[in-house]
Amino acid sequence: MNEKYARITKDGLWNNNVVFAQMLALCPLLAVTSSATNGLGMGLASTAVLLLSNIIVSSVRHLISPEVRIPVYIVLIATLVTLVDMSLNAWAHELYKVLGLFIALIVVNCAILGRAEAFASKNSVLDAALDGLMMGLGFTFALVVIGGVREIFGSGTLFANAHLLLGPAFAFLELTIVPQYKGFLLMILPPGGFLVTGLLLAWKRVLDARRAEKAALVAEEAAS
Amino acid sequence: MKLEELRGKLIYQALLVGAAALLTSALLSFFSQATEADIKAAEEADLKASLAQVLPGAYENDLLKDTVTLPGKEGEVLVYRGRRKGKVEAVVYQVSGNGYAGSIVCVMGVSREGKILGVRVIKHKETPGLGDKIEPAKGDWIHSFEGRWLGDPVTEKWAVKKDGGVFDQFAGATITPRGVVNAVKGGLAFFEGNKAQLLDEGVQP
Repeated sequence: MNEKYARITKDGLWNNNVVFAQMLALCPLLAVTSSATNGLGMGLASTAVLLLSNIIVSSVRHLISPEVRIPVYIVLIATLVTLVDMSLNAWAHELYKVLGLFIALIVVNCAILGRAEAFASKNSVLDAALDGLMMGLGFTFALVVIGGVREIFGSGTLFANAHLLLGPAFAFLELTIVPQYKGFLLMILPPGGFLVTGLLLAWKRVLDARRAEKAALVAEEAAS
Repeated sequence: MKLEELRGKLIYQALLVGAAALLTSALLSFFSQATEADIKAAEEADLKASLAQVLPGAYENDLLKDTVTLPGKEGEVLVYRGRRKGKVEAVVYQVSGNGYAGSIVCVMGVSREGKILGVRVIKHKETPGLGDKIEPAKGDWIHSFEGRWLGDPVTEKWAVKKDGGVFDQFAGATITPRGVVNAVKGGLAFFEGNKAQLLDEGVQP
């Protein structure tokens, strides 16, 4: 049982990462990762929606007939996103002013529909909730890493304006990596997003290939 | 009849989609009503804070209570007035321009002489990291309007540099500052066109 949870966790965070393995959600990814803080905000909002949508889809999975599942899921997800949007606007207005744009973008995040379809509709509520959380955190991780790399090369800072998102207590996160940096606009613009995402993807492939090689070697040694 | 059999029926599917749509719409309209007042209150608080930012200095009256509504280019404009010794010294009103992603709503303060006291963007959906430098928290650009009037720069120079004007655009975002500059220019024209009513000249309160 524990092994299953460990597998779901590992899948979400690394092996089957929304961005680095499934290559989903690239549209919001490229749009918002001009800084690490923006990535973090988008990631956390997406995680909340992903968690909720997985729980709801999983709990009604026996009622949904396969022929009409996609429209039902889409209506569900769009509703959830709108609810999150409205409640943030009403009750966390400061946060909404920072995240405003990102929230609506979550609707077009195909990773959410993807998880509803591939996982939540076939698994128990608890598993689906864990999967949603881990996939969301994996997505957040990818967004923060890509946003961080673009921000360092593009504007020479890291986590700039983090206090707007997380509150003044997190102002210590705001670093100036390169003082008096002139900026490298390409990294902030969408092409920079493609470049960084591509390089990180390649890097993950190399890491995974090395690990597989090592594992094969160990297995061989054990066999001989 | 078992659930599996029922699920295969066409009518079940139609009812399912209908029920999902009905439930979610009900939820949405309920939620929209529940949050409406709070959203309005939050936006009003934002407006008050912005008013204080574009009208430096103290005024003897409550700005939110001394208002006048005048017809503008795009519907009615609500103007807040700040008085000293009974005389209107400054006015504040909203203007809006077209940005890259929908309209940009600004609030601007104009002195009696027609000079800009301050401009702040209160609502926009511009790209984070590119167009959002119009926010004072993310750039100094919005301060470049302070002290300007319709004679400084001359009318045809009231534009971003790319269009032959004097205001900077941002690297990677021209539409956003262009929208704001046009909105502010329109706001000044509105002031000139309605000076008498705005300044409450001839009519004592």
